Amino acid sequence: MRYHPKPDWHIRASGATPERLYLDRRQIVAGMGLSALASPLLASTDVTKLAPLKARRTIATSEEPTPIDAVTGYNNFYEFGLDKDDPAANAGTLKPRPWTVRVGGLVQKPVTLDVDTWISKLSLEERVYRMRCVEGWSMVIPWIGFPLAGLLKSVEPLSNAKYVRFTTLADPDQMPGTRFPALDWPYREGLRIDEAMNPLTLLAVGLYGRRLPNQNGAPLRLVVPWKYGFKSIKSIVAIDFVERQPLTSWNQSQPSEYGFYSNVNPDVDHPRWSQATERRIGEFRKRPTLPFNGYGEQVAGLYRGMDLKKFY
Amino acid sequence: MPQPSARRRPLNAPPRWLKPAVHLLVAMPGLFLLAGWAELLFTNPASLRLSAEPVAYTHNALGLMALRTLVATLAVTPVHRLTGWTPVMSLRRMLGLWAFAYAAVHLGFYLWLELDFSLAALWAEALKKPFILFGMVGLLAMAPLAATSTRAAIKALGGRRWQALHRLVYLAGIAGAVHFILRVKGFQLEPWIYAGLVLALLLLRLMPSRRRASRASPQPA
Repeated sequence: MRYHPKPDWHIRASGATPERLYLDRRQIVAGMGLSALASPLLASTDVTKLAPLKARRTIATSEEPTPIDAVTGYNNFYEFGLDKDDPAANAGTLKPRPWTVRVGGLVQKPVTLDVDTWISKLSLEERVYRMRCVEGWSMVIPWIGFPLAGLLKSVEPLSNAKYVRFTTLADPDQMPGTRFPALDWPYREGLRIDEAMNPLTLLAVGLYGRRLPNQNGAPLRLVVPWKYGFKSIKSIVAIDFVERQPLTSWNQSQPSEYGFYSNVNPDVDHPRWSQATERRIGEFRKRPTLPFNGYGEQVAGLYRGMDLKKFY
Repeated sequence: MPQPSARRRPLNAPPRWLKPAVHLLVAMPGLFLLAGWAELLFTNPASLRLSAEPVAYTHNALGLMALRTLVATLAVTPVHRLTGWTPVMSLRRMLGLWAFAYAAVHLGFYLWLELDFSLAALWAEALKKPFILFGMVGLLAMAPLAATSTRAAIKALGGRRWQALHRLVYLAGIAGAVHFILRVKGFQLEPWIYAGLVLALLLLRLMPSRRRASRASPQPA
């Protein structure tokens, strides 16, 4: 007798959760009664003040999650400044609600979604993913979100749609960093359609059991765990299907250093530093970087026959 | 050679507090790093005082202090010329030595943590990555200056030759600023500010002095 085949990364909800997280969860649940009275915030740079989200854990890892202070205090989000602690300090000006996302381009049914209404109707998943920054550091983050594929299918892409382009908000009043041309604003990223549809590709709305803090890309961001972190675009306002490979911000800024694909690859060095190893936040010694950030089994097939040194 | 005489000395001698105060000021970022590491290693391994990535933070802080102190060193003579405040000249050597010290520890930290003390790997990196090459040029340009920073060395070299050698400090400044420009991601203003400061200070030095075009008596502090 056969049941639904489970993907190979599937684990039981009870599996492999570190004890400390369980304890945290109880604290969150215990705090919920209180926070319901104190009306939890839907926007903040302080994750402990944000509204809790209900989610079912579907992907875990045996690795210890990175402490929440580091996840929410050590960020690259150039719209709020160039230093790692700038986003946590400056992202208070972002207003992630109300927030609408326009999904369109080469589709049958373009749609504009209000994030709050939309996610209240979704069944959310908690997925603990490794995150590898192109700069050579990495974290383990319990995200909350839903697979991007569902949304993409619902707008019925046309047959000539080959890529998906994502755009971040670029409002100088909310994002002071966009007054300075560190990159060509708005921040844009892109995926090939099969990458975007891969079950690992997540649209995240929360982390560590709560709504996303502003500095982590509130209210809605992409998480593509087998690619360098900059591909996981934050605070998305538009998702468009396009025919040709879209121009993306980092690729445009320095094409020799940041490729369109930017799959985590220990064999292809950044021209200025090695990608063979990484420093996991909280650790002193570097550890080896895994091809596709350890997600090769799920995604290597997307690149069969491609020279990954050429398409870096 | 300056001949300190009992009559002039009180006028030219820097105030007693000046050098200790500047030593303390320049040492502070280094002490902050030491305190941060002591906290991480002995009392609180989860401390975020040196950011979530203390190793990268330390690399950056040491490099930035080397460059800042080097710019301060380059500014000493122009400040003296513009303000006529002679005691400032007593800071030039110590600032230069601090810049070299920060740069040397910056390199040492990199050699230790990234290259496991392999000089062969350093050579390979310098040939492969222009930003490493510029950093090395900057440090190597400072090394002979640190080595000849004593009164005895000035005497041995002779004032003019000593001064000619010490013009390498501008090479160090430019190499350091380019090292920083090449290191950052995206377009960032901060490293260009340092490059601009070094160039401005160099231009100031190239302008002929109001008194004599060449002063044959360099003064170690």
